[in-house]
Amino acid sequence: MVLVFIDIAEDGSVKKTALEALSYGAALAKQLNVAAEGLVLAPVTEDLSALGQYGVTKIHQVKNEALQHFDAQSYAKVCAAVAEQTGATVLIFSHNTSGKAIAPRVAARMKAGLVAGAVALPETSNGFIVKKSVFSGKAFADVSVLTTVKIISINPNSFKVEGDANGSAEIVDADIAVDAPLIKTISTSKQSGEVPLAEAEIVVSGGRGMKGPENWGILEDLASSLHAALACSRPVADAHWRPHNEHVGQTGGAIAPNLYIAVGISGAIQHLAGVNRSKVIVVINKDPEAPFFKAADYGIVGDLFDVVPKLTEAIKQL
Amino acid sequence: MKILVCISKTPDTTAKIAFTDNNTKFDAGSVQWIINPNDEYYALVRAIELKEADSSTIVHLVTVGGADTDAIIRKALALGGDEAIRINTECADSFSIAAQIAAVAKEGNYDLIFTGKETIDYNGSAVGGMLAELLDLPYVSLATKFELNGNAATVTREIEGGEEICEVSLPVVVSCNKGMAEQRIPNMRGIMAARTKPLKVVEPAAVEPLTSISEFSLPPAKTGVKLIDADNVAELARLLKEEAKVI
Ligand SMILES: Cc1cc2nc3c(=O)[nH]c(=O)nc-3n(C[C@H](O)[C@H](O)[C@H](O)COP(=O)(O)OP(=O)(O)OC[C@H]3O[C@@H](n4cnc5c(N)ncnc54)[C@H](O)[C@@H]3O)c2cc1C
Ligand SMILES: Nc1ncnc2c1ncn2[C@@H]1O[C@H](COP(=O)(O)O)[C@@H](O)[C@H]1O
Repeated sequence: MVLVFIDIAEDGSVKKTALEALSYGAALAKQLNVAAEGLVLAPVTEDLSALGQYGVTKIHQVKNEALQHFDAQSYAKVCAAVAEQTGATVLIFSHNTSGKAIAPRVAARMKAGLVAGAVALPETSNGFIVKKSVFSGKAFADVSVLTTVKIISINPNSFKVEGDANGSAEIVDADIAVDAPLIKTISTSKQSGEVPLAEAEIVVSGGRGMKGPENWGILEDLASSLHAALACSRPVADAHWRPHNEHVGQTGGAIAPNLYIAVGISGAIQHLAGVNRSKVIVVINKDPEAPFFKAADYGIVGDLFDVVPKLTEAIKQL
Repeated sequence: MKILVCISKTPDTTAKIAFTDNNTKFDAGSVQWIINPNDEYYALVRAIELKEADSSTIVHLVTVGGADTDAIIRKALALGGDEAIRINTECADSFSIAAQIAAVAKEGNYDLIFTGKETIDYNGSAVGGMLAELLDLPYVSLATKFELNGNAATVTREIEGGEEICEVSLPVVVSCNKGMAEQRIPNMRGIMAARTKPLKVVEPAAVEPLTSISEFSLPPAKTGVKLIDADNVAELARLLKEEAKVI
């Protein structure tokens, strides 16, 4: 059985990355001719049975006060216990902030091989081999999992959400003991209304060519016309023009949106490392020699202060 | 207070990524090696800051790797830290690295273990969590701020589209993300001092890897950029919608 960890946001909604994980888990289960089931630990506000549309037949739900707040240690213990109880042979996580915290713990606990950051379904005709992103997006590695139980965390935006509106999953209460978390959550803060960068399908990113934080209005307008998240280059975050969580690249976040629009960014190799898995890259730069054009699909050589507002207008006209 | 900082070596960020032996090995040919930036800028510098705030604090560095890792660990010692431990074995997979570090960590009785948020070559973001599980300690991942208050810590960590502040008592394993500290440049005094700091080489524990890499590949090259005239911006919007179908 393939067991999918369903990641729940702080407001109780099912994260988009969880739908990707469900779709991936269901496709893998089909390939292996086994069932796909889900696991929910955090409090939810959505109707879980509707997640059956993504191909899971059953969802194990552990309801416990102690799981109110995320704690990698207690969550991992429960995941491993459910996996053992249900005889799961493959566990699927998203390689997002929760998955990065729990999946390695579950792997070490169950002595199960982990492929972190998978970008495709496993090759199962001869062994169990999963392609993952390495060298910060500059290459891929085929990783053989050598253990009976396998754990895969999939990169956000690398697997399409696919559902059939008719499916419905059976919800079962899993009776599992839960330890009180050793970590006490004090507060969580979210930039409300914004699209989380790692999950965003479109990202608008600004570099030093923006000249200063006061000029970000034009990027915000472009982003809102596209329902996009904002990102930036490292010097922009270092200069505190933008918050650190928007920094992408080798030492910042790695993203793989459908569309990445780079504005006033030269395209240094360390920047490209975090964004070159984007499906389509648009570069707006006044320097025709900017290295970013070599990694781009579409480009405009021009003054961003002139081009960006025009692009926003053109998109609104579509 | 005793802190252990996990240091790994990675190819320089500008290194050409190529493979040999039928694409089964990284071509290290002319590659320059550096301290994994996440380990250096965020984990190591924050540990040094904690030592500067309380001089009784002891900072140990640990790395899993062969003798060719010594140059990197000396570079790390030049930034700070009291001594380094190198576990003398080639890295097999995240789990075996974590298991090797766990063996050293158990002996050292550390209050605090820092890792980087991920290696920039393997991109697992996994060793810290595995290490925490093997030591049965709490784990705060992707920490952007870390403040000590006595025997506990207040840590800010990244979550999707925001952050979370939590409290945890020591000992704890923390993976360090941008925001924890700022990059430092080693000075001459540090470099001189690093030469005489102890670098202990210990033999590895018996650990079997759980995964292995069978082959590497490179992403397909871009076919070339389509340039649109700056006077015809609307054409770009049209192409994105009708040709690329991404908006
Ligand atoms: C170890 C290491 C790790 C690093 N990690 C990262 C990382 O994670 N992410 C990252 O981004 N960088 C990283 N860097 C830094 C990287 O090397 C570059 O210095 C950085 O990406 C440059 O940022 P930028 O493109 O915004 O600025 P610049 O290189 O200064 O480029 C600005 C661009 O804006 C253009 N421009 C200026 N004015 C206009 C205008 N009016 N209209 C249109 N275009 C204009 C210019 O032509 C230029 O191409 C790292 C470096 C090192 C050594
Ligand atoms: N060979 C190693 N020796 C010591 N620490 C390591 C090693 N490999 C990884 N680490 C630590 O574990 C973190 C996460 O690595 P990874 O799981 O590969 O992304 C790194 O940032 C390091 O702090």
